[in-house]
Formats: sequence, C-alpha cells, structure tokens
Amino acid sequence: MAVKTSNVSQVKSGQRSAIRGQTSGSFLKAVSAVVWKDVQAEFRSRELFSAMLVFSLLIILIFNFALELDIKTRQSVTAGVLWSTFAFAGTLGLNRSMAIEKDRGCLDGLLLAPVDRSAIYFGKVISNLAFMLIVEIIVLPVYSLLYNINLFQPGLLMVILLGSIGYVGVGTLLSAMSVQTRTRDILLPILLFPVVIPVLLAAVKASDGFLNGVEFSEILLPINILIVYDIIFISVAFMFFENIVEE
Amino acid sequence: MITVKKLVKRFGLKSILRGLDFEVQPGEFVALLGPNGAGKTTFLRILASLSRPSLGEVTIAGYKLPREAAQVRARLGVVSHLPLLYGDLTAEENLQFYARMYGIANFELRITEVLEMVGLDTRRRDLVRTFSRGMQQRLAIGRAVLHDPEVMLFDEPYTGLDQDASSMLDEVLKTVAAQGRTVVMTSHDLARAEELATRFDILSRGLIAASISRKQLRKSNLLTFYKQALAS
Repeated sequence: MAVKTSNVSQVKSGQRSAIRGQTSGSFLKAVSAVVWKDVQAEFRSRELFSAMLVFSLLIILIFNFALELDIKTRQSVTAGVLWSTFAFAGTLGLNRSMAIEKDRGCLDGLLLAPVDRSAIYFGKVISNLAFMLIVEIIVLPVYSLLYNINLFQPGLLMVILLGSIGYVGVGTLLSAMSVQTRTRDILLPILLFPVVIPVLLAAVKASDGFLNGVEFSEILLPINILIVYDIIFISVAFMFFENIVEE
Repeated sequence: MITVKKLVKRFGLKSILRGLDFEVQPGEFVALLGPNGAGKTTFLRILASLSRPSLGEVTIAGYKLPREAAQVRARLGVVSHLPLLYGDLTAEENLQFYARMYGIANFELRITEVLEMVGLDTRRRDLVRTFSRGMQQRLAIGRAVLHDPEVMLFDEPYTGLDQDASSMLDEVLKTVAAQGRTVVMTSHDLARAEELATRFDILSRGLIAASISRKQLRKSNLLTFYKQALAS
C-alpha cells in the first residue's frame, strides 16, 4: 500500500497556522471527549461493564446462600451487603478503566493533549460513575427479588448516588496513581479502602436508616458526611491530579 | 525551535540526565542516538512535558516548560513505540477523539487528509485492534500530526516493525519532515537515522557526547562516528 504524499505533504506554514488557529481545547469539550471515548469503547468491548455486573451478581448470590437469613435479619444486613457489593465491583471497574489507558500508552496520549489535565480526571470520573450506576441499577431489582425487600425508595437511591460519587471520585484519583506501578491490581484496593471508609460507613448508615424507616433527622448526619466527603475529595483530586499522573 | 540548557533529571539518587545542553533549529531533523540507558527516552519525555526536569531550562517554540506546558503541547506531536491508540475504537474514532482533545474545529476533513497521508483511508472504519503493528504505527503518526504540530518527537518508532512496515514508515516520516516540521527522533537503527536525519547527536551517560551534521558526515561514516563518540 503506497503512502500518499500528494497535497497533504505540501502543507505550507500558512495552512498549518490555519489548522492550529482552530486549536483551542476547552475544558468541557475535553471532558465530554473522554466520556464519549470511554462509552464508545465500552459499548463495543463490554469488558468493564460485564466484569462488574457478573461480579456483583455473584457476590449477591453468595451472600444470599451463605447467610440464609429470616426476613427481619435480611432487612438489617441489606445496607452492608449492598455496599460491600458496590465497593468490590467498583474497584474492579476502576482498575480496569485506568489499565486500558496505561496498556497501550493511551494515558500518555491523554496527557499530551493541550488541555487542563483535571479535564481528564473529570471525564474518567463521569464515565466510571455512569458504568457503576448502570451496574447498581441492574443489581437493585435482582437483590430485591432474591431478598424480598423493596429497594426502590427515593432516599436510598439518593444515598447510592452520593456514595457512588465519593467512591468513584477518590477511586479514579487513586487508580491513576496505582496504575503507574507494577502491582497495580493489588495496590488499588489497599490504597482505596482505607480512604473510602468514611463514605462506606456513612452510606451504610444512611441506607440502613431509609430501609428501616428511621426519622430523617437521624439520617441527616451520614448524608451530610457523604456530601462533604464528595466535595472535599473531588476538590483535592482536581488540585492534585496533574501532579499524580506526571512523573 | 528547541533550546535546552543544563538539563538535569534525577530519579531518587540516580541522575539520568546530567546538565544536558541541546538546541534544534526550525526545520531540522535531529537523530538522537545512544546506547540503552543513555537517557534518550527520559529526555524525550521531558521535551513532551510528560516528565518534569529536576533542574535546567527547556524552551520549545518560545514557550518554557513546565510553566507553559499546554502551549508547548499544542505545538507538539509525539510518536513512541506504543501506538497511544484505543483498540476498541476504529481508526476514524481514534482520530475524532484526539481531534476533540486538541479542540480542532471541523475535524472530519482533516481526519480524511491525515488518513490519506498515512495510507489508511480505506481502513478508517476498522477497529484498531485488527490492525497490524505497522498499520498501528502509521495511524499513530496520523494521530500525532492531526493538529499540525511544528515539532515532532519520535521515540524509537521502528520498534517491533518488520522490513515492509519499516520501509512504509520511512515514507511517512519523510512526508512529515518534508512538511517543514522540526523533528527529533531517537533510534538504535543507525542506517535509518542516516537516511532521514539532517543532524546526528550522540547521547551518552546523560550528556550529548558528540554532534555532527549530514554535510559533515559525508566525509565520515555514522557508525564510525557513533563508536568514536561513545569511546571518548
């Protein structure tokens, strides 16, 4: 196959500056480009999504058969089982999401773009969060059927959203750090779980409160913790992502 | 176009680059040669703003690194031995993604031009993971020239290519250089470097040990010059 060296090879400096004149990567465009790329690639491979989903369903099944609980006890362990499932499946997804970038040098490709590097972080957070929420949406009805508990309560769904934002926000930052190491597969959970303990505790407490019909005033504290955690850690990631991904 | 003064890069206690000075004029094609561990890739990563210097000054197209890294990156195209492409996207989708990241308006026409240049216009809708290593490397060059950069950095672009793919890459590199870009290429392949470059710098133990232009080289031989530079 011959390489064409026709008109394209004759690009003069005037034409070049015309192309570069249009080069003005904006923050939001870069964020949406990363999300578009992740969704497009995942839609085709279904590698990350299917791994997360199958893993989540297996955990729920294992808990279901292992615990053999009566209806009252089921109600009390539901929040813990749900968040354990989301945390383990989420780690799997976060690891894979960054590994895809690293394996073929694509992370360097992203870092070479003339955009604020935090745009890459936010793009990855949005796509990781979308994949995690889709898995959660599928897991919830399956869990409801197996455990005979109604999980479709607006309050619980809000807690799941807030908890997932915090988990993915910190997880994306730490996965960008761990992916640079040889032991990335085991390093991410070791780094991530201690840092997300406040999120998981607050999310379990708030979810449990909604499932057991506790007064809203009693659930307010864990919800506030989730909101504050989300804001603080996403701000920290925004400030330090560039330093973390650069050598 | 590129000015580097007293560049030092340390990883812990180990110095990879030890006060390196380097200058490239606009339109020059510099082959950076040297043995494994000489610091070629580290040097190129600093020029590409993927790594920060420990000490020293780096200026590209009038912009200083790392302070004005975004301006430098807008004027820089980088090709390494890894393709920096997504296997689950088509050739066209990969270029669309990078065009968006570089903020190129009306990029469809530009993508067609670039795919024609690298000889992949008929494979534009095929997934990159179905491409041979040579095709992936040509597409990688397409990705790197998409935003029409003034400066191109090639880090061992021939790694893993067979003879046919290497010859085809030669043609693409010649095309890229003929467009008036400034090119810095690291390579172990002296014969290829001799064919393409206008200047040859030998990097050894973190410093430029010797430099010679193509005109000066006519009296000598690159392999002899390379061996003498490393021995000195």
